[in-house]
Amino acid sequence: MNVLLDNLGLYGSGFLTTIQLFVISAIGSLVWGTVLAAMRVSPVPILRAFGTGYVNTIRNTPLTLVFFFFAFAYPRLDIVRLDFFTLACLSLITYTAAFVCECVRSGINTVPVGQAEAARALGFGFTQTISQIVLPQAIRSVVPPLTNVQIALLKNTTIAAGFSVVEAGGIYQNLSERGYDVFVGLLWVAVGFLILVTPLTVLQRRLEKRWSVTR
Amino acid sequence: MTDTPMIRMASVEKHFGDLHVLRNINLEVAPGQVVVVLGPSGSGKSTLCRTINRLEPIDSGTIEIDGKVLPEEGKALAALRADVGMVFQSFNLFAHKTILENVTLAPIKVRKMNKAEAEAKGMALLERVGIADQRDKYPAQLSGGQQQRVAIARALAMNPKVMLFDEPTSALDPEMVNEVLDVMTTLAKEGMTMLVVTHEMGFARRAADRVVFMANGEIVEDAPPDEFFTNPKSARAKDFLGKILTH
Repeated sequence: MNVLLDNLGLYGSGFLTTIQLFVISAIGSLVWGTVLAAMRVSPVPILRAFGTGYVNTIRNTPLTLVFFFFAFAYPRLDIVRLDFFTLACLSLITYTAAFVCECVRSGINTVPVGQAEAARALGFGFTQTISQIVLPQAIRSVVPPLTNVQIALLKNTTIAAGFSVVEAGGIYQNLSERGYDVFVGLLWVAVGFLILVTPLTVLQRRLEKRWSVTR
Repeated sequence: MTDTPMIRMASVEKHFGDLHVLRNINLEVAPGQVVVVLGPSGSGKSTLCRTINRLEPIDSGTIEIDGKVLPEEGKALAALRADVGMVFQSFNLFAHKTILENVTLAPIKVRKMNKAEAEAKGMALLERVGIADQRDKYPAQLSGGQQQRVAIARALAMNPKVMLFDEPTSALDPEMVNEVLDVMTTLAKEGMTMLVVTHEMGFARRAADRVVFMANGEIVEDAPPDEFFTNPKSARAKDFLGKILTH
């Protein structure tokens, strides 16, 4: 207990950074992943090829490598100088979006073809059909796997510790420098993550319940 | 002809792989006319219906709506489809939208009508098909007959020049068929141009100006309903009617 109470400030700022990383990356990956999924089902061959290529490349790349790219290769490109926190968000979004994309795409496949046909017959274009009719129904059917992806994202934020972003995953390093029992310190980090995941699980249940009525 | 036909199909051909589903289709539907397409299953009548708003692309030939050739997939085609109402066998109401939203969505998004105006018009249409009291329910909470009437209202909300019906009563329980046919009959009497693929002989007799009989992807007969039902010319039509009308 002492480990936690003595270092409350360290735990507090660590988990705060984790939450910031997670919220930004979650929103970013959901948006970008959904756009990618729309590309993969679009009638334009170049977009489809891009979407497929992106997913196959990123999904098969270890997250650490994605971080390496953004932390070390990206700055050499001399485009825009970004701090480590932003680079960490970009890495997480880039990586997680590939999984979100495949989730959403499997949801799209559950929406009957007739829904899109009816929309097209009424004069909707592709973008309207997908955004008004197909995606809202697709996402409803993939809430549980999407929650999985987001929980994985939450835990993946710990990799950012290796790249100079002080978040919850980096707490133990500071603790060992201060001479505390690292094992106990890590237990508290695990408890912290459990607490963070709980609202996600609750949100998942709420959404499932709410949307099951409207089918 | 002095009037431009509302639908004109000329030398239309279509294959599904090896299957030749539409063979040299020539068909004109004048404004205000109601044409019922009959034929055994697999004769290509649904495909014919679906080619008219290019839900199925054709291999060769021409299709014109109100004098305009069907464009390639894109904005122009979407604009043309907005003027062509379509009612499907499986209703295809938007499952995540309420009944009223189903009817107002396309006018708002495609015609850029403001919401209040679209809702007033939507309610009037729901009133007309007799489902105004279900406005806040979702499609799955309605019976098949009610859903199909909403689907008709949804198509009418776009003020279409012509309505296509692809077997609108085939997925319905028998007791619900009439409520849908009644709406269609009223529509026909009001002068809507309609092309109806159906097995409902009663509707064909009552509401059609012409009956088009298809078999094996060809139009075999094209005659007024009285003439077609009492005195079919081709052997295939006689055979078809014999099977249907004896029971």
